[in-house]
Amino acid sequence: MTYFKDIYYAIKSLLTGMSVTGKYFLNARKGAITQQYPENRATLKMFERFRGEVVMPHDENNEHRCTGCQKCELACPNGSIEIIWDRQVDPETGKKKKVIDQHIYHLGMCTMCSLCIEACPTDAIVWAQNFENSVYDRTTLTKVLNKPGSKLMPGVED
Amino acid sequence: MDTPILRNNFKSEEYQINMGPQHPATHGVLRLLLTIDGEIIKKVEPDLGYIHRSIEKMCERDSYQQIVHLTDRMDYLSSHINNEAVCLTVENALQLEVPERVKVIRTIIAELTRIASHTLWWGVMGMDVGALTTYFYGFRDRELINDIFEETCGARLTMNYNIPGGLMFDIHPNFVNRTKEFIAHFKTKLPEYDLLLSGNIIFQKRMQGIGILSKEDAISYGASGPVGRASGYSCDVRIHHPYSNYDNVKFNEILKTEGDTLARYQVRILEMWESLSIIEQLIDNIPEGDFFAKTNVVIKLPAGEYYQKVETARGELGVYINSTGTKNPYRMKFRSPGFSNLSLLNHIAVGGKIGDLVATMATLDLVIPDIDR
Ligand code: SF4
Ligand code: SF4
Repeated sequence: MTYFKDIYYAIKSLLTGMSVTGKYFLNARKGAITQQYPENRATLKMFERFRGEVVMPHDENNEHRCTGCQKCELACPNGSIEIIWDRQVDPETGKKKKVIDQHIYHLGMCTMCSLCIEACPTDAIVWAQNFENSVYDRTTLTKVLNKPGSKLMPGVED
Repeated sequence: MDTPILRNNFKSEEYQINMGPQHPATHGVLRLLLTIDGEIIKKVEPDLGYIHRSIEKMCERDSYQQIVHLTDRMDYLSSHINNEAVCLTVENALQLEVPERVKVIRTIIAELTRIASHTLWWGVMGMDVGALTTYFYGFRDRELINDIFEETCGARLTMNYNIPGGLMFDIHPNFVNRTKEFIAHFKTKLPEYDLLLSGNIIFQKRMQGIGILSKEDAISYGASGPVGRASGYSCDVRIHHPYSNYDNVKFNEILKTEGDTLARYQVRILEMWESLSIIEQLIDNIPEGDFFAKTNVVIKLPAGEYYQKVETARGELGVYINSTGTKNPYRMKFRSPGFSNLSLLNHIAVGGKIGDLVATMATLDLVIPDIDR
């Protein structure tokens, strides 16, 4: 007898479960959180704090805010940032000042920990929200963040 | 005509097979060397090392701020709680008082992490025993928590939101609303979990009475988290050694006495209700104030040994720091919940069937990078 009772309860609890799935089946589009990527590329907006990759914003005069203080390089846990710098004479004060030649960023090694951005005293580097970082050749993941010919924004001191 | 009696020619013999390292039910690169006799398990030998990254050694190289982000990669489903554990240890060593706001936010996010981890576990555990739908439902609800994290911390899994002394940045203005929305949403979904899986007689009969762990064994194997509590071992660090803001909230420790697979399942489901209640108590009362206490840029811990334990989604995580007064730890050791919980697998799986082993392992909720580090 218990055999048939078991079967009865098994079918009953199966139907209870299927009432849940059935409800979703009938309201399939309501409350769906699935995103149709990549079709929705044009409208897809990431959150503003999303950590995509480290970039260095430049203004319209091709000037950035990086003083070459190397704090980001020190903060980085895995050597993803290398700064090649030099000392140049400041034409106004006549003193020698650190300037960056290249701010090299290895995206392929970066763990997106955000320590470099927190460490930067002049907010020279920020997160960009792009996430489509796959490439065919990993050497292209090494980027120079300061644009060619760019220079330090006047008035930025560390 | 004399036919040989065939039965005597069939000798039963033990043999060994591999389960993993690439096996869908081991949830990661865990290799189990099974000694079996037919379907009956005689011995389970876990073989580790496939995802060893020497995190403890790397910690000796890094500064205390940098160590935090490495712990994301241990138990990645409770990354916030791992971060919190390291930060609490460093703060205790420095005798640094963090602002109340930090404590409350840490607690809220830790409980959200616990729910996210348990929903993912519920999904994959259903899938392990053959119910694919749970996987989608579990991930659907977890997605909302991930959105909360992404908006506030910028990352969905490896968050690195804690720094020694507080938080990396303040919560996003939408954080409170989103969390409330999630609580309202999840309160309607959690009963569905019961309708779909917990209440299912077939599922219950499958899970009952297999993988039984007694309370004495739970204690002697060092089980913690839901695994220990399902055997009646009261081991919730949040209650016995409260940290962050857990001493100001009311919640129950879920205890079961059966110690079988079903009990471990039920403990986790009930824990999600408790986590919801903790978040509800705190979300309207986030104190104003700073989101970090100032520390030196180069943190040097006074020489000595420091230990702090926290309750991750899997159990008790202990962080041990041995400092000689320099800017790096001399030795760093993690006591991970998964390692102890894996150690008792042999004990509870022997005598069962291979199919039971998968169900048992699913309720141990192992995260392999946590075990291997
Ligand atoms: S995000 Fe972290 S890993 Fe990446 S460059 Fe910055 S400090 Fe280095
Ligand atoms: S990016 Fe910021 S921290 Fe790094 S060198 Fe430039 S100014 Fe210094």
